[in-house]
Amino acid sequence: MDLNALKYAKSHEWISAQGQTATVGITDFAVHQLTDLVHIELPRIGRTVRQGEAFGEVESVKAVSDLYSPAAGEIVAVNDALADDLAVLSDDPFGKGWMIKLKLADPSLPGLLDRAAYEALCADESEHA
Amino acid sequence: MRNLLAAKPLFELAHAGRRGCTFPASDVPERSIEALVPKSQISASLPELPELAEPDVIRHFVNLSTLNMSVDTHFYPLGSCTMKYNPKRHERLARLPGLVDLHPYQVDEAAQGMLAILFEMQEMLAEISGLPAVSLHPAAGAQGELTALLVAAAYFRDKGQHRTKVLFPASAHGTNPASAALAGFECVQLKGSAHGLVDLEELNAHLDETAAVFMITNPNTLGLFEPEIGRIARIMHDVGGLVYIDGANMNAILGITRPGDFGGDMMHFNVHKTFTGPHGAGGPGAGPIAVRDFLADYLPAPVVARRGGASDKPAYRLTVPSKSIGRMRTFFGNVGILLRGYLYLRTLGAEGLKAVSENAVLNANYLMTRLSDVLPTPHGKRCMHEFVASARAVQKERGISAMDIAKRLLDYGFHAPTVYFPLVVPEAMMMEPTETESKETLDAFADAIHKIVAEDPKFLHEAPHSTLVSRPDDVQAARKPILKWEPSAS
Amino acid sequence: MTYLFNTPDQRREMLQAVGAQSIDELFDQVPADCRLSRALELPSPLTEMELEREVSVLAGRNVAGGKRVCLMGGGVYDHFIPAAVDEVVSRGEFYTAYTPYQAEASQGSLQAFFEYQSLVCRLTGMDISNASMYEGGTSVSEAAFMAMRVTGRHDKVVVLGSVNPEYREVLRSYLSNLKCELVVLPTPEGTAQLADVKKALDDKTACLVFQHPNFFGCLEEPEELARLARSVGALSIVAFDPISLGLLRRPGDYGADVAVAEGQSLGIPMQYGGPFLGIFTCREKFVRKMPGRLVGRTTDRIGRPCYVLTLQAREQHIRREKATSNICTNQGLLALRATAYLSLVGPQGLKEAAELCCRKAHYAAERLTSIPGVKLAFDRPFFKEFTLRCTGGAEAILLKARQAGFDLGPSLSRFGTAIGDSLKDAVLVAVTEKRTKREIDDLAAALGG
Repeated sequence: MDLNALKYAKSHEWISAQGQTATVGITDFAVHQLTDLVHIELPRIGRTVRQGEAFGEVESVKAVSDLYSPAAGEIVAVNDALADDLAVLSDDPFGKGWMIKLKLADPSLPGLLDRAAYEALCADESEHA
Repeated sequence: MRNLLAAKPLFELAHAGRRGCTFPASDVPERSIEALVPKSQISASLPELPELAEPDVIRHFVNLSTLNMSVDTHFYPLGSCTMKYNPKRHERLARLPGLVDLHPYQVDEAAQGMLAILFEMQEMLAEISGLPAVSLHPAAGAQGELTALLVAAAYFRDKGQHRTKVLFPASAHGTNPASAALAGFECVQLKGSAHGLVDLEELNAHLDETAAVFMITNPNTLGLFEPEIGRIARIMHDVGGLVYIDGANMNAILGITRPGDFGGDMMHFNVHKTFTGPHGAGGPGAGPIAVRDFLADYLPAPVVARRGGASDKPAYRLTVPSKSIGRMRTFFGNVGILLRGYLYLRTLGAEGLKAVSENAVLNANYLMTRLSDVLPTPHGKRCMHEFVASARAVQKERGISAMDIAKRLLDYGFHAPTVYFPLVVPEAMMMEPTETESKETLDAFADAIHKIVAEDPKFLHEAPHSTLVSRPDDVQAARKPILKWEPSAS
Repeated sequence: MTYLFNTPDQRREMLQAVGAQSIDELFDQVPADCRLSRALELPSPLTEMELEREVSVLAGRNVAGGKRVCLMGGGVYDHFIPAAVDEVVSRGEFYTAYTPYQAEASQGSLQAFFEYQSLVCRLTGMDISNASMYEGGTSVSEAAFMAMRVTGRHDKVVVLGSVNPEYREVLRSYLSNLKCELVVLPTPEGTAQLADVKKALDDKTACLVFQHPNFFGCLEEPEELARLARSVGALSIVAFDPISLGLLRRPGDYGADVAVAEGQSLGIPMQYGGPFLGIFTCREKFVRKMPGRLVGRTTDRIGRPCYVLTLQAREQHIRREKATSNICTNQGLLALRATAYLSLVGPQGLKEAAELCCRKAHYAAERLTSIPGVKLAFDRPFFKEFTLRCTGGAEAILLKARQAGFDLGPSLSRFGTAIGDSLKDAVLVAVTEKRTKREIDDLAAALGG
């Protein structure tokens, strides 16, 4: 996965567009921040989401975090394998750890960060943590 | 000496054919059960319970009890929990025949003693809160919150107002937003000020005609009395909203100041905290609420009323307020716990109750001072009944976290303080010594902390060392939960 | 001043260390205009001896403690409590401990709650149990809210009229500020009419709530009711009587999705209505949507088995407004009572208790309905409780019984519109294993049978 080819949301999701559809997951930075994930809730196929709307959540022992959709669209696939083994998410967040696939409402992916801007955001958040 | 054999899982102590309790033979004319109940309804097998003798059961649970820390055995300075001594007279008197075995549907004239106690409890809580109308009904503090919010909702509905928002500071207990959401309100969390207090500008910015209730704990979760509480209440009242006081920290202000006097419209008491419930390893509690007169008609049912004037009718009766929101639970309330609170208040009286808060505040300030060199308290020079110290300095300098100190304290024979709450203090250690601890205990505790922060950090990461088990693997427990005993798992 | 330690000398020393002149100075942060300028007006303090004398007098003004024979029901029952149950909960290490958040210092309570969960699962045949809730009524409401989360249906809850009216009232209050419709299905025959139930359920229904044995004492057809709920994708929620499971099929056997109960029968005294025990069990797949505390087994740092509060991310202290409930306690001490009770009675004891209740209740029903003007309200099988209609009126028979030294009831008119006028001449009678043939005969004789 070429991380420079992805787009990022400020809430630490990544998105990779392939024409009309896109794959969504969370970044290695997010996985690291959340520590010891224990459970994930993903949506049903067929649901439509707005940009910035929560599509699911991840749970660690002492925290719960919403997962926000970086783009608007209809959910056409869900990575059910994550529910059985969250280690996949920690080991390969940009690959086998993908979460949903979207049929995009707007394939131009507006309002997201590129890799450089996202890395700057992470650096900034680490400093203030 | 612990008997670990007896502390094995209950199911592994069982032996087929053993009995712990037998019942007399039936004395009514014998008929087969199948003649009484349709066969299709009858279970084909016996209940799958373990078979144990009475001594097995006693030895098992008595040994399990020794695996706990408790107020009866240890100093337990758990912040926001008010772990004070639980007087033994309460246990004996709450079990008196006539109290412990009274059916909740007993007619009022045959329950006059109980109703007299409950009526007096209502009166005492009204006086302590400065709020005249009391319901003893809610089962615990969180249910008190939910009840009061539904009272507020009914009141606004009645006035034809559509108010949808409940506001609370970021430092609020999790029950505040959870109760508000359950009651159907939208939750608005307010950022606190740099001093750990309510930020008036932030509050003002979120107020409009949809604001229903502002929920606030006072003293707050940092152990500080909100100095602007009067203004906060005025601001809220000016937009037509109500102020809810979370009574979790009442132990600081008994007889000193009253929620009704500083602008509260509604509040709950935690009888299991402030009035020595006891805590029962997680419950039962009791969460009576007190409200202003204009909210009295909406209180949940039933409440106890006293008949005025001369009458041959019984003095006390259960009544339903005219616009009552209804019931929040079955029956009257958690009477067993309310009784203990009543016994406590009758033992102390006004002067004794004020002395509780004075000594709770003195103990907390003393402990805060004793620890200030190693665990400074970032907010406030003085505290009320509890304070939130920070282990940030010792963590930066030596890599020792609040959790390390908490766990190591167990080795020294002290229960840990509350850690990592509230979130506004990094490496928070929230300590509430209560009034029922001696200076000697506080000194010994402070000495232990001074020793701990000088210990080898690596050793501390692995603490506790003296308990029967060390830090549990929470991640494993949550990923693949094992929530019951299975034969194969042993 | 009874429970304070520090002497005036010590208080002075402590103030000096703090740097304050007086205790009053410590309260400087409380603004003067908020301060109470007078003493609280409370009754004068009492010594232990005085308190005991006064409270004993008040306790004596209640009719309980064997002054009259108790055949009262309606959700709270005079069952036998073995002495060993009281002994277990009298351990200060249990009752003066806090919620077991610090697992290393709370293995006793944690293991006891794990055993409680395990026993309740075995008793009910359900997959999982939480570590308990307030009492039966709120357990029903919490179950309905869980059903809404699980099904994603937030518009409609259906509950049978044969469910305890107080459970229904609690549910109504909990739903009062929400948009969800509460449909109460009348049960004029004493139990559900399956055709009516079928009509009331649709694809908007989150759950069907029924009680078995129901409020009137009658046995429902639980398997059929659970099936009807399932057929529209709703959850079936049953409120059961724990003692009945010494005899009747278990909720897990007849396919209930959620089984809740008032656990008072399991070694908990009646104490005028609480604290009691809310039992809450359900299917394993709902575990992360469940309300209330859960204890799990895990291992410690070096692999030793131990117990810990788990799946806490569901709860209010972490998930706040999105929590599965606002509940912050469990009924720890009452769960401990139930655990000790079930351990003591065991399979054989529970069966004996259940059969005794059933036999004696049927004998009592037979004797009481031989009285002119007294008949069973419903021609339905029952377990330990039954509903009588009295042509002379409910109050008259209750009064006559009281005068003869017996408490029956409650009268159904107590519940007002939640029951309705058609049963205003009806009373409940509950017969536990504690009642004797002699008592029942005496009661029948006194009432004219």
